[in-house]
Amino acid sequence: MSKKKSRALFIFICISPAIILFTVFMVVPTVEVFRMSLYRWGGLSGSKQFVGFDNFKILWNDMDFIQSFQNSILLIVLVAIITLFFAIFFAAILTRENVVGNNFFRIVFYIPNILSIVVIAGIFSAVYDPEEGLLNSVFGILSLENLEQMWLGNHDIVIYSIAGALVWQAIGYYMVMYMSSMASVPASFYEAAALEGAGKIKQFTSITLPLIWNNIRTTLAFYIISTINLSFLLVKAMTGGGPGGSTEVFLSYMYSQAYGNSTYGYGMAIGVIVFSFSFFLAAVISRITKRDVLEY
Amino acid sequence: MEKTKRISTDKLFKLFIYVALAGLAISIIIPVAWVFMASIKENSEFYGSPWALPDGVYIQNFVEAFVEANMGQYLLNSVMVTALALLFLLVIALPAAYVLSRFKFFASGLLNSFVKAGLFINVSYIAVPIFLLLLGWDTQLRALLGEDFFLNNRVMLALIYASTALPFTIFLLSSYFETLPSDFEEAASIDGAGYFRTMFSVMLPMAKPSIIIVILFNFLLFWNEYILALTIMPGENKTLPVGLLNLMAAERAAVNYGPMYAGMVIVMLPTLILYMIVQKRLTEGMTVGGVKG
Repeated sequence: MSKKKSRALFIFICISPAIILFTVFMVVPTVEVFRMSLYRWGGLSGSKQFVGFDNFKILWNDMDFIQSFQNSILLIVLVAIITLFFAIFFAAILTRENVVGNNFFRIVFYIPNILSIVVIAGIFSAVYDPEEGLLNSVFGILSLENLEQMWLGNHDIVIYSIAGALVWQAIGYYMVMYMSSMASVPASFYEAAALEGAGKIKQFTSITLPLIWNNIRTTLAFYIISTINLSFLLVKAMTGGGPGGSTEVFLSYMYSQAYGNSTYGYGMAIGVIVFSFSFFLAAVISRITKRDVLEY
Repeated sequence: MEKTKRISTDKLFKLFIYVALAGLAISIIIPVAWVFMASIKENSEFYGSPWALPDGVYIQNFVEAFVEANMGQYLLNSVMVTALALLFLLVIALPAAYVLSRFKFFASGLLNSFVKAGLFINVSYIAVPIFLLLLGWDTQLRALLGEDFFLNNRVMLALIYASTALPFTIFLLSSYFETLPSDFEEAASIDGAGYFRTMFSVMLPMAKPSIIIVILFNFLLFWNEYILALTIMPGENKTLPVGLLNLMAAERAAVNYGPMYAGMVIVMLPTLILYMIVQKRLTEGMTVGGVKG
């Protein structure tokens, strides 16, 4: 009996701090997001009024929200496709080819991932600066002056500039992930394929790609979730949603409504939509990319 | 004839590979190195070609950043918050992960899924509700004691950082504890060790590799985090990234670039040094928790 009691006490002491903190600072705020979305809550004065789904109805006609929605979708699609392409390409090279300085490249490619997003915002402000920026001056040196742009000042281009910074940040992270799953593909498969006369590209499409397919599928969900999150952090630090709302994304709009504008209820309604949307999108993507798993 | 052709396409392919690798490496190294270079340039040197080497080491930028822009104080804040958050995290997550992964008890399965569901909660969504929660507590406290406590509190920020890192950390540590055979605990039990003794002197020391990975990842996470710090620390006690954000806005308005780049160096130098020391552990460790996380 006492043994049983001391076991129960041990279990209780070990897990209760974690469960309590997790509940107070993660579960309760998450539930609050959903609850507050049903209220008209006008800031610090604390006037709170239950309005049902009114916030969502307003959202439907809010052109600023629709713009941020479009920007986010564009970023998710662009960043996912470009990063996926480069990350797989470099992962395949670094695992399959005997590259001199293999380790060096792996180390360097991962560097952007350890930098604060504020530092990345600063770096890319310097890169995209219209007069003394690195990018425009490179074009100037190569006599390609017609490619010089107001990277952060032009409505039509700025969203692609943001996408560029996000891709730069993400390639190394996903590359390391793909490398680890590529490394577990047995080398004998490639030897057999080479004996049969399969070229490098053929080997890649019929051995590497199918065998790491599950890994790629998992990362597709990561792309969606992390692009929504990182685009917010980057935009907030770099352009503040400007010029003229052309880089406003999901969560930056939510944050400016909730924290900047103090219309908490409305901001949280945006949060609910974004949260549901990201789950829905991840589920759809996971469904349509489902293939029979190849075992080896 | 055919053989030479084969060799030349092979060579072309190799050339293509190296050009691509070098291209990406340059696009990463140059901007980062450029920031270091810009941090020791005088303000007048920012007009003209961005590629001009600095005339000398203009250390005044760092002095200005540290003293006038308060980055020295923010550095201390960041060190304190990060260290405290890591301490909280380890003290709370290690026992929880150990028990959740190795003990069967009432509702243990349910609790496991409960914590794992936290992997889907992103800090960016809940920053404002956390702010409102703390604001609410402060309002009540002010009515009682006439003082604020929860907002603008570095210890509170550290505790919240630790809480938001719990799901991933417990997940990572649990997956390690699950792989250990139960022989160790049986042996310890036969030797007469109690539950606490078994945990502290047998099980936790074995988890050292996983603990190091947990520390590395969460150090980067806490050190670099800014949205929570910005939201719940609106007062004087900022962390480094938030301070940098202010510095960037102020110096750009004043057209005084040097201290801004000095500030960026101050923020990224500790992470770069750490990365150079432990890069192998970090990229290998990522695949342990990352693929499933």
